[in-house]
Amino acid sequence: MSFLQNKIEKFDQYLSDHPKVKFFLPQALLVVFLFIIIGYLSFNASSNLAARGIDTGFSFLNKKASFDIQFSMIEFDSSMTYGRAYLVGLLNTILVSVIGIIFATIIGFFFGILRLSTNPLASGLATCYIETLRNISLLLQIFFWYFAVLRLLPSAENSLVLFNFVYANIKGIYIPRFVWTNLSFFIYGIIFTIFFIIIFNKYASILREKTGKHLPKFLISIGLLIIIPSFVVLTFGVSLEFSHPKLEVNMGISNYIGGVSIIPELIALAFALSLYTSTFIAENVRAGILGIDKGQKEAAASIGLTKTQILKLIVIPQALRIIIPPTTNQYLNLTKNSSLAAAIAYPDIVLVFAGTALMQTGRAIEIVTITMLTYLTLSILISIFMNWYNKKVALTEK
Amino acid sequence: MENIIQLRSVNKWFGEFHVLKDINFSVSEKEKVVICGPSGSGKSTLIRCINRLEEHQKGSIIVDGMTLDENTKNISAIRSEVGMVFQQFNLFPHLSILENCTLAQIWVKKKTKNESEKLAMDYLRKVQIDDQALKFPGQLSGGQQQRAAIARALCMEPKIMLFDEPTSALDPEMIKEVLDVMVDLAKGGMTMCVVTHEMGFAKEVADRVVFMDEGNIVEEKKTSDFFENPENERTKLFLSQIL
Ligand SMILES: Nc1ncnc2c1ncn2[C@@H]1O[C@H](COP(=O)(O)OP(=O)(O)OP(=O)(O)O)[C@@H](O)[C@H]1O
Ligand SMILES: [Mg+2]
Repeated sequence: MSFLQNKIEKFDQYLSDHPKVKFFLPQALLVVFLFIIIGYLSFNASSNLAARGIDTGFSFLNKKASFDIQFSMIEFDSSMTYGRAYLVGLLNTILVSVIGIIFATIIGFFFGILRLSTNPLASGLATCYIETLRNISLLLQIFFWYFAVLRLLPSAENSLVLFNFVYANIKGIYIPRFVWTNLSFFIYGIIFTIFFIIIFNKYASILREKTGKHLPKFLISIGLLIIIPSFVVLTFGVSLEFSHPKLEVNMGISNYIGGVSIIPELIALAFALSLYTSTFIAENVRAGILGIDKGQKEAAASIGLTKTQILKLIVIPQALRIIIPPTTNQYLNLTKNSSLAAAIAYPDIVLVFAGTALMQTGRAIEIVTITMLTYLTLSILISIFMNWYNKKVALTEK
Repeated sequence: MENIIQLRSVNKWFGEFHVLKDINFSVSEKEKVVICGPSGSGKSTLIRCINRLEEHQKGSIIVDGMTLDENTKNISAIRSEVGMVFQQFNLFPHLSILENCTLAQIWVKKKTKNESEKLAMDYLRKVQIDDQALKFPGQLSGGQQQRAAIARALCMEPKIMLFDEPTSALDPEMIKEVLDVMVDLAKGGMTMCVVTHEMGFAKEVADRVVFMDEGNIVEEKKTSDFFENPENERTKLFLSQIL
């Protein structure tokens, strides 16, 4: 007995001498334990399945999918593989998430700042927007846009025409396709311009440090962004034409051909995700700006900084640090919520892969695992990017 | 002597609440004035009107020959001549101590980085925290932070320094290091308006003491007279409580 006690005491001593081991040992044990359980369960499952004559493994990914996908950013038809179908679904998930994140951020910042307005009408409007949309279930909002709003659009023959080049009807929204000549020159021109602007901005900062001269960086950058590409377009014969969508009647069914079509499922989903998530981002933005002590602005004013300088040098850098971490969570939520796509049949990864492909192949364990790992990877990528960005703004504003 | 700060019949309201009632107050060049009085009497509001962190509604305020009104050019000119030190330090937590001191030199005075860092180090040395220049405010003690805040204000090379209870957020053992810096500054000839309850400091450096109550200047005397022959009953009561 005393021998065991002795051993335990020695082990305790060892742990307190090695804080790293003390920290990681329980976690390592937990991981090992989880692996054993998962390994046991999957071994059990696969032997059960094998006993029932169902084969397992990932070879199905190379088999012909033999189903169609309504909307795809890469070429796809029913003769292609399940692996290809996975890729189509993944890209569609990424597409709607990226659109959602961009618009949710813009709309969220707008309403978050509006809510702090001293004008009671403006702040009331923002409060109303945020409180309403935040408290309605996301699925209901998707249904609202899809079934209530987009279904009100006219049939193809009577399309709604906006600005003479956007055609909206019940089958979706059609916009012109860009047809470029010498596009590569234009792209090189843009890349060159961006480089040039970065170098110019560095130069302006150095100039300020060395001589105290302040150049209007923002205005000159905008100017360069207009002048250099225009010059490239004129000298290298870059031209852009639009291939307008045209109404064609085929076997009594009319449709727009030739432009880029955006399906109503994508529009409804992107709308609902952006608006819903924007309310949470708006609240983060408001909290971030309110989180900055009034004394900060007063101190900045007392040393002579102007209102714009106070915003740029004092308020925004501090507010971003408060805003970014919870906003990262909202980006993750939006990406995960995009799987509600299945409810209106937008072909995202869940509908295409964890839905159709799973039904057809019956490979539930494999497909669900792949899908889960995919979401996990997307989440981790977003987190890594946002952490990097947070570190960047947390560093001193120069 | 020429008055560098001149307030004539200044009135200010917060909504219905009359904070400053017909204040007449002036400070001449190089003069040191201590303002004291019970909490809520309007001391902070008074000195915050001098660099227009607060707007007054009636009367006139003239600082170094410039009238304070809606004219924004004047306000920024006045703010770069009037330094202010706050009770809560209000250092910028995302910038190093050195950057706190160079920020306004670079963006308001358009100085080069080198010049502004050199001046900043000079003032940081004066308040004896030049060895902390590269740290961030959160890494400093309260006393060090307040000294850094004084250096930040001095970097604009102001003609006038305003202090709003600079030591009342500090632990007792740190009060002296901040007061020492302020005494040095006073001896160097700075024009100073100090809201404080540190009567020892008032006796040592103030030329004049102003006592405020309920938005009025109740008593205003040369320092020795103020402590030896206070006339107003409220001043007497206040002094008996605080000394
Ligand atoms: N922004 C404001 N809005 C409304 N009332 C205010 C505002 N700022 C100050 N007051 C009120 O004005 C009065 C005077 O405030 P002030 O801060 O000038 O007093 P003080 O003499 O500095 O007091 P203390 O010793 O507590 O700092 C107080 O009653 C305070 O509640
Ligand atoms: Mg006060």
